[in-house]
Amino acid sequence: MDALDQFLKTFFDWQAIGEVIPQMLTVGLPNTLILAVSSAILGCILGLVLAVMGISRNPVLRWISRVYTDIFRGLPAILVIVVIGIGLGPILRQLTGITNPFPLAILALTLMAGAYIGEIFRSGIQSVDKGQLEASRALGFGYGQAMLLVVIPQGIRRVLPALVNQLIALIKDSSLIYLLGVTAGQRELYRVSNDYAANSGSLSPLIAAGLLYLILTVPLTHLVNFMDKRLREGKAARAEPDEAAALVGKGA
Amino acid sequence: MSEFKSGSLTASNIHLAFGTNKVLRGIDMHVPQGTTASVIGPSGSGKSTLLRVMNRLIEPDQGDIALDGRSVLQDNPDELRRRIGMVFQQFNLFPHKTVVQNVSLALHKIRKMPKDQAHAKALEQLELVGLKHKADSRPFNLSGGQQQRVAIARALAMEPEVMFFDEATSALDPELVKGVLALMTDLSKGGMTMVVVTHEMGFCRNVSDTVTFMDDGVVVETGSPLELFSEPKTQRLRGFLSDVL
Ligand SMILES: Nc1ncnc2c1ncn2[C@@H]1O[C@H](COP(=O)(O)OP(=O)(O)OP(=O)(O)O)[C@@H](O)[C@H]1O
Ligand SMILES: [Mg+2]
Repeated sequence: MDALDQFLKTFFDWQAIGEVIPQMLTVGLPNTLILAVSSAILGCILGLVLAVMGISRNPVLRWISRVYTDIFRGLPAILVIVVIGIGLGPILRQLTGITNPFPLAILALTLMAGAYIGEIFRSGIQSVDKGQLEASRALGFGYGQAMLLVVIPQGIRRVLPALVNQLIALIKDSSLIYLLGVTAGQRELYRVSNDYAANSGSLSPLIAAGLLYLILTVPLTHLVNFMDKRLREGKAARAEPDEAAALVGKGA
Repeated sequence: MSEFKSGSLTASNIHLAFGTNKVLRGIDMHVPQGTTASVIGPSGSGKSTLLRVMNRLIEPDQGDIALDGRSVLQDNPDELRRRIGMVFQQFNLFPHKTVVQNVSLALHKIRKMPKDQAHAKALEQLELVGLKHKADSRPFNLSGGQQQRVAIARALAMEPEVMFFDEATSALDPELVKGVLALMTDLSKGGMTMVVVTHEMGFCRNVSDTVTFMDDGVVVETGSPLELFSEPKTQRLRGFLSDVL
């Protein structure tokens, strides 16, 4: 029974969990969401730029996009956050007086997410039938307008599930900001629970944080599956008989 | 009197190669204002490529293209394409837009019509092809024949001087072909200048003013439908006709 007691105390110490939950909801959760959502939005903007460069007819732009993507997809997140957060921290402080680690953490997360999202957008845009570009150009749209109004919107629609996956990854990776040193009010979910765990000697606060992460991510995962299904089934044409053909048949 | 502000189209000595593959080797074609020219020929003979060169979706390596007697190779190609409507085998409607938006998009964005005016004009065009009641549907909820008629309305809305059709009925189920051909016939009778790449020999024979037979990147024979179908001069055309008729 000692072992079971030990187990329960380590993982399911209800008192410790009860104590950490208010802090997690008022401090940790908002900070996690700020980090994840703002890097997701900025990552989408960067990704779109990279994708457009990656399919452009200019080889230099394509090369820049390729090299950038290879670098930031090939590095561990922890390394990028530390190098950017700790490396650029003093410089940012000197230039602007900002000591908050959020901007640099968001920058690091954005740079990495942008590389992944760029590849997602690029594959989505390239999967659009080339007849779409051709038909737009035949109507008189220039290349840029045809891409912007016709091709890119369709490409993005197809990769929405993959984008939500990126948001899930960012929610998880946002925890890495703890490496940069944060004040009490700047702690995100992981750090809040980790501090409680250190004080209470129980891992239960981390279990509580884990549950909160899952409350965020599992619905998103199901949203991805749902969107995937909709996208695949939405394409099935519900054709109807050509009842109007008779209306225009007068010439034949 | 023509319902359309159509113009004549002339292509002279058009050459085009994809790498070493010489796809067009000195094509001459003249389509007088208000007439319909059918283009026939075996697969791979360069028919689709010729249409794409004539509206400069692909730039010719050599040769000249004239609209209404004036060379257009120096013009902005986007401007040229606004004057030539094109209809594709696969319709190529925009699936992320409604039917009426498919028609109004270019009116609004290119012709710079205010949104409500573009919408009204798009509805008018849809009415002409018998599909006003589908205005708010999505293209993939329409039959192939209906989609192709929307594609025709989309091209006509821009008030083109010439219309190109690239095997507009080839992707359609047999029972849907008739409606689209009827619409094309109406356009032809209405005085639109048209270049129609087709396998529909009935349309060639009964509707078009001239028929051009292409093979291997050259025009082998051109003339009235009667001349080509009743008295083919070359062995190549006789062989082709015996295959398709
Ligand atoms: N974008 C392209 N790049 C390279 N080669 C091409 C391209 N488009 C067409 N071709 C080649 O040009 C030749 C003519 O093709 P085209 O599509 O014009 O023929 P077509 O007469 O329209 O045939 P079909 O009746 O099958 O539509 C073919 O050999 C084809 O492989
Ligand atoms: Mg073709």
